[in-house]
Amino acid sequence: MFWEYVSEYLKVFITGGLICLLGQILINHSKMTTARILVLFMLTGGLLEILGVYRYVVEFGGAGATVPISGFGSVLVKGAFESVNEHGFLGVITGGMNGAAAGIGAAIFLSFIFALIFKSKTKEK
Amino acid sequence: MDKTEYLKFVEENSPKTRKVKTMLFAFIAGGSICCIGEAVRDVLDKILSPTAPQLSSYVTIIMIFLGSFFTAVGLYDKLGRKAGAGSVLPITGFANSVTSAAIEHNREGVVFGICAQMFTVAGPVIVFGIVLSVVSGIVKLLFLS
Repeated sequence: MFWEYVSEYLKVFITGGLICLLGQILINHSKMTTARILVLFMLTGGLLEILGVYRYVVEFGGAGATVPISGFGSVLVKGAFESVNEHGFLGVITGGMNGAAAGIGAAIFLSFIFALIFKSKTKEK
Repeated sequence: MDKTEYLKFVEENSPKTRKVKTMLFAFIAGGSICCIGEAVRDVLDKILSPTAPQLSSYVTIIMIFLGSFFTAVGLYDKLGRKAGAGSVLPITGFANSVTSAAIEHNREGVVFGICAQMFTVAGPVIVFGIVLSVVSGIVKLLFLS
């Protein structure tokens, strides 16, 4: 039981760590900005989901594959696929938002609230 | 010495050990954040025991909350200086980019400060995400179903 947890978390750690390591190598060698790195990894995750590969990464790495932004891309594609199955053409348009609703909704709402409460750290400089 | 020669000079003389170090930090930080996500998932699984897709949405919301909160209190940017991509690529980094932009510009007003500036980094991600999902929907509709 205990060793099951250890191996599970080790897989998560290695998968998530490797994805971030890849990103860091890209930053070190190409000086890409944060936005570009995020977009690139999201698109890669989405593409791997379309090809049907990403689900195996998730099967192996669990949160190590779903927590990085590539998992966000895969969720978008998964949402689109499910919606197309359910609603046909309408699902093409609505599907991605369905999949990403939790992430985008939480990020926007929480950021709005925190920005109202907290003052910026770099003020008056 | 022109610009390309200068950049080459900088590249040759910048410390290599620092690059290895940033990679190591990115690996450790990224792995740790994902382990936190897995822990959140394990705990929720025991408490809620709902169906799987809902569970992953809850995990996402909690990770976004953690990312936003630690950005707001100023800790996430400290982590980011060390961890680099290890703090950027997890979904907490996405939350960090939205929250830090929103807080940075909150003195410019709610509409033009917070709301407009919130998406300087997250905007491209969301736009490309929606385009990706529509394209994948079309692919599914035409070829896979």
